[in-house]
Formats: sequence, structure tokens, C-alpha cells
Amino acid sequence: MNILKDTKINFIGKRYYAFVFSIILSLVGIIAAALIPLGKANLGIDFTGGVAIQLKFEKPFVLENARALLDKDGFEDTELQQFAENNRLLIRLKKAEGELKITSDKITAVFTKGFADNKFIIESTTAVGPTVGQKLQKDALWAVGISLLGILIYVAWRFELIFGIAAVVATFHDVLAVLGVFYVLNKEINLLIITALLTLAGYSLTDTVVVFDRIRENLRKRGKEVIEDIINRSINEVLSRTIVTSGTTLLVLISLLISGGEVIHDFSLALFLGVLVGTYSSIFVASPLLLLWKGKRGRLIR
Amino acid sequence: MSKNILWRFIVIAFFSLLAVVLFLPSTPISKSLPLWWKDKFPKIALGLDLQGGMHLVLQVDSEKAVENHIQRLIKGMEVVFKEKKIVFSEIKTQGSEVLISYQNADVKTSLEKAVGDNYPIFQKTSEKENSIAYALTDSETKRIKEWSTSQAIETIRNRIDKFGVTEPLIHAQGKNEIVVQLPGLKDPERAIALIGKTAVLEFKMLDEAGDLKKAMDGAGQIPEGDELLYEKRVDKETGAVRQTPYLIKKEAVLTGDLLTDARVAIDSQFNEPYVSITFDSQGARIFENITAQNINKRMAIILDGNVYSAPVIREKIGGGRAQISGSFTHETATDLAIVLRAGALPAPVKIIQNVTVGPSLGEDSIRAGIKAAIVGGILVLGFMLFYYKLSGLISDFAMILNIIMLLGAMAWFNATLTLPGIAGIVLTIGMGIDSNVLIFERIKEELKTGRTIRSAIDAGYDRAWWTIIDSHVTTLITAAVLFQFGSGPIKGFAVSLSIGILINLFTALVGTKVVFDFINQKRRMERLSI
Repeated sequence: MNILKDTKINFIGKRYYAFVFSIILSLVGIIAAALIPLGKANLGIDFTGGVAIQLKFEKPFVLENARALLDKDGFEDTELQQFAENNRLLIRLKKAEGELKITSDKITAVFTKGFADNKFIIESTTAVGPTVGQKLQKDALWAVGISLLGILIYVAWRFELIFGIAAVVATFHDVLAVLGVFYVLNKEINLLIITALLTLAGYSLTDTVVVFDRIRENLRKRGKEVIEDIINRSINEVLSRTIVTSGTTLLVLISLLISGGEVIHDFSLALFLGVLVGTYSSIFVASPLLLLWKGKRGRLIR
Repeated sequence: MSKNILWRFIVIAFFSLLAVVLFLPSTPISKSLPLWWKDKFPKIALGLDLQGGMHLVLQVDSEKAVENHIQRLIKGMEVVFKEKKIVFSEIKTQGSEVLISYQNADVKTSLEKAVGDNYPIFQKTSEKENSIAYALTDSETKRIKEWSTSQAIETIRNRIDKFGVTEPLIHAQGKNEIVVQLPGLKDPERAIALIGKTAVLEFKMLDEAGDLKKAMDGAGQIPEGDELLYEKRVDKETGAVRQTPYLIKKEAVLTGDLLTDARVAIDSQFNEPYVSITFDSQGARIFENITAQNINKRMAIILDGNVYSAPVIREKIGGGRAQISGSFTHETATDLAIVLRAGALPAPVKIIQNVTVGPSLGEDSIRAGIKAAIVGGILVLGFMLFYYKLSGLISDFAMILNIIMLLGAMAWFNATLTLPGIAGIVLTIGMGIDSNVLIFERIKEELKTGRTIRSAIDAGYDRAWWTIIDSHVTTLITAAVLFQFGSGPIKGFAVSLSIGILINLFTALVGTKVVFDFINQKRRMERLSI
């Protein structure tokens, strides 16, 4: 069975449209990335420091009532999120000052009094001091930087330097794109999301490497074809693989999105977006980038 | 069956069986397994996010540790000067420096010599007409800071051991941070109180001559050498807190360092718990002397700056025993005894990160994660079967092997499964399929060029080989970075992802190939179902 019969799509020919699209995506990502150190982005408390408490009530409750209770007691800055049969409440307070423990005790006390007829248990509490947050931010940046460097070195060693650079640019593009989408959707960016970003960097690269591998193979036995045609042919040759693999990975991620639970929902979403954009970028970003530097006599490989 | 194929089957069967043997004890089935099997094998540990528990990061106030250390040194210095008959007027701290002042300029040389001989860890920083300033050398300051962290770890470990938590994990992080992980913890509040207490026990005399009223009026009114401390008592019925102020002489007559034991006992008169402490011989001697000299005066028992009680000394107390009473519940008395026995922390600690997960959330997460894994797995296996027919079945078989071996390997390495870790396994299913897709698509291409089935299969595997290696290595790089930089749940994700990738290499390149070879050998295939 074949999804595609021999395709001859001119991907390279559409590269300028793709570049425009990609530059817009990346710009949004760069804006999001630039806002992070300024504290303007929706960062998780693991980066900003603060308190998060998850409560599970016996009965469903009305979110507005919870909101009103907290406002009354001076916790206007808290973010509330209600989920799972409307009896779970996640309370987040960023940049909490003073003793974190006292703050979280005060918040739970609000509900012990305010929802006296609806008992609850504390399912989880997270309290992060501001210095930890800054350290985690720095660690996350290092992690992204080092893995991109590792990837560049490996791909440059296995292929040629230009392949390595193209792969890293495409990977960076994907990370930025997902970051940008998260920023636009006002999703919280926390450690788990950074993990997802690094994972999708790995995935997107896998995809790019597969295409590059075929380009290299076809370059070696090239006849009179121009590079544009070789790249086009290579992408077309691996296209059904690309679609099947992305498809199966997306299937799995959809099941994680739907039934993986609240804790990893956004994590799965980031990976889902990452697979989409990673597949796109290996075709429309990484491969056309090779054309920018053809080397001596228009050859890409020695 | 050729020998070669037979061997490969044996290797695969061996590893699969081994994996099953390894991971079964980590599953709910373990209850019905024989004891030798259940207990002897390493198990997959559940992360705090799945089984509930507490993850704390504490910061040791190492500056304070240095300060405390300097205070102790000053006391020793006073003794040394007295022994050498060096007349000084005062030794006090000024910031991080020690300032020694004197009246008579003649003592300057002998004073400097005494400090140089006895305290080489001090460095002269400046001198004025009637005083010399010293500071600790940088290497000594660094040593004290390091010591304070390791000492704090030791003490906290001691306390937790006495508290009784299974498999606690306590280790240093960075220069002055301590990570404490307590899986399956039932009472986080109590654990925090127990770990975070500095537990400096001091016995100080009350300044009964001083004017308490004046002292409470405002700053500057406290007599020289005194301090104002409070006793907090919680009324057990109303919950109201009553504070009693005391004017207390700063100098401690005895401290908790000289304790040998602390136990909970019940007061027979009021039926209230109290903590009975026993001093070592030196402490007992000091205690006896003090009590003898201060009959009918009041002595305060102070823990971390809070007065617990301030009883009147009725008679000389020998035998080195004392009791700390204060409105205790049995629990708080027990915890106080634990911290006193384990000793004081060298400096206060601050909780800078606290992640506590209740067991119910963990259970829900496991259920959701496993459900997602099963649904995702079935979808992918079904798709492969539908799309690649018989070959898809073979890759499904490899996928199942992959998951079994992944679980087995995780048990073998005693790896920790976290919720993102489950996602990692699910993702491995998705990415693992990729290797087979690569190979199958390649075989299809080779078939189109008119090769025989057999050579198309061989060529498919050969050509896809490096692509698969390259794509796996790049993912491994990111997994390794995640492992290095991540903590807790994220480390768990990196572990399941990287083990999954490695095993996938094996099942994809060896596992499916052998099946193709076997089928091919049995009967020459006319058509490949792919």
C-alpha cells in the first residue's frame, strides 16, 4: 500500500514562500525568547519563583467563587485553573515574596474557611525561591545551547559543515516556532516545556538527517542534474517515509494529548507542534538552505 | 533454519525473556510472584510525581556558619589572651572582621604574636591606634562554608533516619544547597518542621534586675549584654497564641552541644509530654555548677531563639539531667527529641524549593499515562499492520519487543519512571516505528528498481543503516543534555528516551531482519507483503 505514488513536487521552487513563512514564525519565537529574560512572557513558577497549589475538592465548585475568595484576602495576583470534573483547582502565585511556606498555608486557609462545606485535599504544592528560578532559567538556556552545539558538531562530522549549519538553523527555527506559538497562545513556559523543546529539537533533526542522507547519496551518484533537482528528487523520494513517520508519531502524541492527563497536556502539545513544524522545516528550511552555499564548482560534498 | 538465523533468534529470545524476568517484579503482578523473584531483582523506581512525596531544596546560610565559627574562635581567643596575661579591652566582630582593641600600646607585639601562633587562620587586615582588625583567610572561609554544607547534610540525614522514611535521598547540589527527596511521605508539614529546624539549644540566665518594661518600649532600652526573647504558648483549646517576654542575658551558660540523649517522657502530674535530656560528663559538671550558683534565680531554656520555659532553680541539680517542657503534643515532643539527638545544624537553612505531590495525584497520573501509552501503542501497531501488511506485523513484533526490553532495562538500571518518562516511552513507540518505516520504504524503492525480493531486503537494511544510526545519535545527544541539566521528572524522561532509542536500534536492525531472513529462507518469496 502506498500513500503516495511517485511524486515530483517542486519543493525547492516554493522556497521563497517558505522562507517568508519561516521568518515570520521565527520572529514571533525570537520576540518570545527575548521577552523571557525581561519577565514579560508567561513563565512557569519554576522559572519565576512562586507558589503553585493543586487542590482536589469533594464536590465541583464555581471558579468565580474561588476567584472572589482569593481577591477578598489579598491574593489578586493568583492565577486559577479549574479542571477534571470541575473539582480540581490549580492556584499559581508568581514571584511570591517572603516565606513561601507561609504564603501557601495562607492560600489553603482561605479555602478551608471559604468553602467550609466542600472539603478538599492538597494534591500537590510547589514552592520555588527566586534564586532557584534564575538558576533554572540559566540551566535551560545552557541545555538548549549545548545540545544545538552537539548536533552541529555531529552533523558536520558525519556530513559537511554546511549540512551541520543548515540542520542547526532548521532545528533552531523549530524550537523558536513552537516557543512562539506557545507565547501567542499564552501557554505557560515551564521546565517541562523546555524539555519538550529539546526533544522536538532531537526529533526535527532526525527528520532533517533522513532527508540530508538521501541528498548526499544522490549527490554522490549525480549525473548532469543541477543541485536544485537533486534536492527536489531526494525530498520526493523520502516523502512517503516522512509522512508515515510523522503520522505515526502524531497519532501517539494525539493519544497523549487526549488521555495523558493534565500534567503533561501542554508538554504533549509542544511535541505535537514540534513534529508538525519539524517535518515542515526539514523539507522547506533545511534542504533549501543547502543551496545558499554550494562550495567549489557547485558541489556540496567533496 | 540456518545456524546463523537460529543464533540470532536465540539472542533475541534470551534478551526478551531476561527483560520479562526483570520487569515483572515492578508491575502489579509482583504480588503473585514467588519471593525470590520479587525481592532479588532491581526494580523500576517510581518518581515523586507518580508515587507522591516531597522534593526539597535547602540553602545553607553559609555566611551565618562562618559568623558562628568566628564567635566560637573569639571565645577561645579570650581564653588564650587571659592565659598569656595579655591585657585587652575588647574582642568583637565588625562585619566579617574581628576587632581586638587594647588600652596599652605595649601589648601590641605580644598580642599579634599570640594571634599569629594560635590562630594562623586569621589574617591582619588593618590596624589603628588602639585596635587591630583580623579576618579569616579566604581558604579558611571556603573550608568552613563547605564544612557547613556537609555537616548540615549529615545532621539532616540523621534526623530523617530517626523520623523513619523509606529510601530518602539526600545530597549536595552546587556550593551550599542540599536536595532532600522523601518518596511516599505522609506528613509533609511535620517533615519540613523537622528538617528545617536549626535546633540550637541554649541555656541562659534571666536578667531579673533589668527593666523589662523599658526594654519592651523600644530600641536602645535593652540593658547592655541582654536580649529580649519571647515564649510562645498555644492554648490547646482556643488555639490562641500567648507571648511572654523575657529579658535574658546574651551569654549562654550551657548549649546543646554537650547533650548525649533526648527522649520523650510523660509528666505524671499533668499528664503532659516533655523532653528529657541528658548531658555528657562535661555538660553535667557545668550544669551542676550553674544550678548551685544560681539557686532561686530563673534560667531560660531556648531553642532557636524561642524560649521554651524559664523555670526557677530550686536546688543544685546533679546527674546531668534536665527537662524541657512547654505545651507539647506527643508529636512535637517526639520531633524535638529527634532534632536534639541528631544535633544542631551548623547554620540555619532556608527552603528554596519545595515540590510536594500527594499520592492520589500520582495514582491518577499513572492511570492517565498508561492509558495514553496503550491507546497510542494500539493506534500505531494497527496503522503499521494496515499499511505494511505482513511487514507491518513484523515491525509490530519488533515494537513490542522494544517496549518489553525497555521496561526490562529500566528495571535493571534501577531507573526512575516519571510522568514525562511515560511520555518518553510513548514517544519511543512513535520514533521507534521510524526505523522500520525507513527500512520498508527503502525496500519498496529497491523493489521498484527490479531487484529480487531477497536482495531488495538486504539493500533496504544496508542503505537505511547509517540513516538510522545518524538519526538516533542526534536524539541521543539531546537526551544526554537533558539528563545532565534536568532534574527529577525531566531526568526520568531523558532516561526512558535514551534507553528506548538504544534498544530501538537493536530491535529495528536485528529484530526485524531476522524475521525477514527466516521467511525468505523457508520459501523463496514471489511477492513481498509490504
